[in-house]
Amino acid sequence: MQASIQVSQAPAVQYLLRIGDTALILAQRLAEWSGHAPVLEEDIALSNMALDLVGQARAVLTHAGQLEGSGYDEDQLAFLRDERDYRNVTLVELPRGDFAVTVLRNAMVATFFKLLWTQLATSSDAELAGIAGKAVKEARYHQQHAADWLVRLADGTDESRRRVEKAVMQLWHYNTELFADDAVDEHAHATGLGPRWGDLKEAWTAEMTELFAAGGLTVPAEVAFLATGKRGTHSEHMGFLLAEMQHLQRAFPGGVW
Amino acid sequence: MNRAERAWEVLGTVLDPEVPALSVCDLGIVRDVIDHGDELEVVLTPTYSGCPATELIEQNVLEAIAAEGLGPARATLRRAPAWTTDWISAEGKRKLNDYGIAPPGPVPPEGGVPIRIIGRRQDAIACPRCASLHTERLSAFGSTACKAMYRCLSCREPFEHFKPI
Repeated sequence: MQASIQVSQAPAVQYLLRIGDTALILAQRLAEWSGHAPVLEEDIALSNMALDLVGQARAVLTHAGQLEGSGYDEDQLAFLRDERDYRNVTLVELPRGDFAVTVLRNAMVATFFKLLWTQLATSSDAELAGIAGKAVKEARYHQQHAADWLVRLADGTDESRRRVEKAVMQLWHYNTELFADDAVDEHAHATGLGPRWGDLKEAWTAEMTELFAAGGLTVPAEVAFLATGKRGTHSEHMGFLLAEMQHLQRAFPGGVW
Repeated sequence: MNRAERAWEVLGTVLDPEVPALSVCDLGIVRDVIDHGDELEVVLTPTYSGCPATELIEQNVLEAIAAEGLGPARATLRRAPAWTTDWISAEGKRKLNDYGIAPPGPVPPEGGVPIRIIGRRQDAIACPRCASLHTERLSAFGSTACKAMYRCLSCREPFEHFKPI
């Protein structure tokens, strides 16, 4: 069994891990749809989006490893950290649910990533800016695709409408975690590494409100809600996800294709 | 012809593994060939963040240079500026069409493009087989990250479209 690694708590490293881990864990959830999506085209679409997210995660984790300085590569960071050292937001680790849950989550996350990558394209960190310049195009395409589906489901049959409304009830409040700033955000903002995520809230809310309006959906009123995945305290679903994702590297250290 | 120029010629014969109608030069991903004296450096820009062909392309590029006897070489990645389908050469776009893949049109301006939810219109994509503009999109995603699925309503053929990005 391969032992776990611990990584630096330096704020710049943590900021990158939040981005890379959020992309990676959403990719893992989307990949669960391979062979199971309601229609073949969506099976392909979800796998394609997962692939884009894995690519983004690889680039960001590789860079995080370089900044961290202990010589960890993308694979070690992805497969050898324990649950508490993962920095993804809780929203992406929740079970994939039905297709409505997946579509809504993709719309929420892709909208966030589009806004984040747009800001990161002018990061003081040239490597991160380069990654962002490519990723923003992909996020925009993901957002458009999720938006199309969200409106189609919301404006579709009674059943699809019921499922979307249920998904909104399940997922919406997790958005508060995205925008709850802390010292990691302040450091990124002060050094020009990237925006405080909280500064993206207004634009995110405006785009999501427009999207909900197009589908005749109501944006839930804001309530006090605490999720802490990006600080390392995850939901009960995270351990199971990591067990599946990390199993091969833990059982066969250094195994390659 | 110097060594870098010879390398460019060789690279013009290295095909993209997923779209073997195009060379890596047609695709616009070879950004530079630098002769450092002791070795050649081939600078590549990846097409998509998750493109699984990126590593295979690097390997194929280095093998082609080695086979030509141009000496030691290494491939490096340059992420910025990000690759865009606008870098596919005119010749490359013609080859794509001949191969049965509708080539990408110009990439829309970056930034500030709002998501379009209602009344979204797209430029008609011409069928690569019969050139009809009477076509429809079947799926936003296709067999690889760079393509979408279409169908021609005139000749009834399904075809792929290289997405402008």
